Amino acid sequence: MSAIDFEDVSIALGGRRILSGVSFSIEQGHFVGVLGPNGAGKTTLFRTILGLLTATSGKISVLGSPPARGNAAIGYIPQWRHTAAQLNFTGFELLLSAYAGNRWGLPIASQQDRKAVEAALERVGGRELAGRALTELSGGERQRLFIAQALVGEPKLLLFDEPLISLDPAHQRSIVELVRDISRERNIAVLFSAHEVNPLLGAVDEVLYLGQGKAAIGTVDEVVNERVLSALYDTRVHVIRTEGRIFVVAEGGEVDDHLHDHAVTGHATMQGR
Amino acid sequence: MFAMFDYEFMRNAFAAATIVALVAGSIGYFLVLRGETFAGHALSHVGFPGATGAVLIGISPFVGLTVFTALAGIGISLIGERGQRDVAIGLVLTLSLGLGLLFLHFYTSYAGMATNLLFGNVLGISRQTVWVLLVMAAVTLIVLGAISRPLLFASLQPELAEAKGVPIGPLSTAFMIVVALATSLAIQIVGVLLVFALMVAPAATSLRLTRHFALGIALSVGLAVSIVWMSLTLAYVTDWPTSFWITALGSAFYALSRLADVFKTLRVAKLARTGPLEKIA
Ligand SMILES: Nc1ncnc2c1ncn2[C@@H]1O[C@H](COP(=O)(O)OP(=O)(O)O)[C@@H](O)[C@H]1O
Ligand SMILES: [Mg+2]
Repeated sequence: MSAIDFEDVSIALGGRRILSGVSFSIEQGHFVGVLGPNGAGKTTLFRTILGLLTATSGKISVLGSPPARGNAAIGYIPQWRHTAAQLNFTGFELLLSAYAGNRWGLPIASQQDRKAVEAALERVGGRELAGRALTELSGGERQRLFIAQALVGEPKLLLFDEPLISLDPAHQRSIVELVRDISRERNIAVLFSAHEVNPLLGAVDEVLYLGQGKAAIGTVDEVVNERVLSALYDTRVHVIRTEGRIFVVAEGGEVDDHLHDHAVTGHATMQGR
Repeated sequence: MFAMFDYEFMRNAFAAATIVALVAGSIGYFLVLRGETFAGHALSHVGFPGATGAVLIGISPFVGLTVFTALAGIGISLIGERGQRDVAIGLVLTLSLGLGLLFLHFYTSYAGMATNLLFGNVLGISRQTVWVLLVMAAVTLIVLGAISRPLLFASLQPELAEAKGVPIGPLSTAFMIVVALATSLAIQIVGVLLVFALMVAPAATSLRLTRHFALGIALSVGLAVSIVWMSLTLAYVTDWPTSFWITALGSAFYALSRLADVFKTLRVAKLARTGPLEKIA
C-alpha cells in the first residue's frame, strides 16, 4: 500500500484551477520534498490530503482510504499560524492542549497524554525547550517543538508545510536531517514543502514539483533538470549546478523564489555558498 | 465589619457576586485567549435595548437582556474573522445604546432603571434573583466545561485544530452563546457598561502571570472572586458604588501584572549584564 495515491486529480479554489489532472504515488517511508514557487499549490495539496478541501475530480487515497478530516494517522505542521507564537504558554502546555484536543470535555491531561507528549519531545531533543514560554523561543526551536507536536500519537504520515521559512541555513539543515532520520527510523512517509530545493539536497528520497497545475515526481536528478522543469513550467528553464547547490532559473519568470533576484541580475552562478 | 452580613441585601450581594465572578473569571479567560474581548464588550451593550425593550412590552428585563445578548453572540460568531469586524461590532454597540435610549424615552416612569442597567445594582439583588443566577451560572459553566478542551485547542492553533477534525465554526458559535449568557449574568452585578472590568481584567492579569493553562484559569477565577469580595466590602465601608470598586480593583490588578512584567525584564537584563562577570570572578 502506498502512503498517498493521486489518480488524475484536479482541484479548484474559488473557480480557479490549482491542480489539473495530477497523478503520483508516494511510498511508505519516503521523505518527499514538495517544491514550487509561491502559489503553486503546495498548501492546497496538503489541505486536500487532510480532507479540508475536496478534489473536483480524480481519485485520492491516503494510507489506503479516501481523505477524511480529522485523520489521526496524519501529523501536520500548518504553514500559517495565527496565535501560537505570541503566547505566554510553555511548549509543553501547547502540545498537551493539541493532543486529543478534538475530544469533548475538560482539558485535563492524563498521565498517558503526558507520556506521549514527553516521548515526542524526547525524539526531537526538545525536553528542555518545552519548559520555556513560546515567546522566548527562536524560530528554529519553535519549529522543533512543532515537529514534536506532529509526532505525538504515532502518526503514519507527516505533512510539514514550509517548516524552513525564516530559518538560517544551519538551522534549515538540522531540521531537514531530523525529519529525514524520523522518516527512516519509523518508516513513515513525509511530505515536506519548501520553496527552494537546496536545503533538502542529499536528504530527500524524492521531490514533487508543482507548477502550472501540473506535477512532476522523481529523484532530484530525475526531476530537477532542464527537460522536466521546462515541460512543467511551459517555459525555458535553466538548471545550474555548482558546488553541490542547484539553481533553477526560468526565462522571464521565477521558479525558485529564492533565486529571483539572482536570475534578474544574472549572477546566479556566483551565489554558491 | 462582619456586621455587614447581618443585612439580607449584603448576603444576597455576596452570593450573587461570587456566582457571577466564577463565571466571568473562567469565560473571560477564553475570551482574552481568543482575542475576542471587544466582541464581549459589545455583547453587553446589546443587553441594554434588550432589557429596556422587554420592559416596554411588559416582560422581565432579564429575559430581554439574555435573549438579545445570545442573538448578538450568534451574529458576531457568524461575522467570523472577516474584514472590518471591529467596525461592524462597534456600530452594533453604539446602535444598541441608541435603541436602549429610545426605549427608555417611551417608558419614562423607569428613571432609575437606566442607571441600574448601565452601571449595575448589586446591592438591590433579591434572594430569588440569586437562585436564577445560580441556575444560569451552572448551565453556562457546564457548557463551557463540555467544550473547553477543543475550544482551547482551537484558540491556540486554529489551523491544526481544523485539520484534526475540530468543528471550528459551530464551536465558536457555542462559545459566543456562552459568553452572552455570562454577560447577562455579569450585567446584574456591574451593569452593561462595566462588564469588561469583571470579564476581562482578571483573565488578562492571569494570562500575564502564568504559563500554565489550569493554573491560569484558577488564578483568573480567584482574582475575579477576590475583586468582587473586596469591592463589596469597600462599598460597605466607604458607601461608594460597588461597580466603581470593581473597575478600580480590576484595573489595579492588571496594572500590577504589567509592572511585574517590567521588573522581570529588568531582572533578566541585569542577570545578562552581571552573568559573565560573575563567571570571571
Ligand atoms: N480560498 C482560496 N480561494 C481562491 N484561491 C485561493 C484560495 N486559497 C489559495 N488560493 C490560490 O491558490 C493558489 C495556490 O495556493 P497555495 O496552495 O497556498 O500555494 P503555495 O502553498 O504553493 O504557496 C494560489 O494561487 C492562491 O492564490
Ligand atoms: Mg503554502
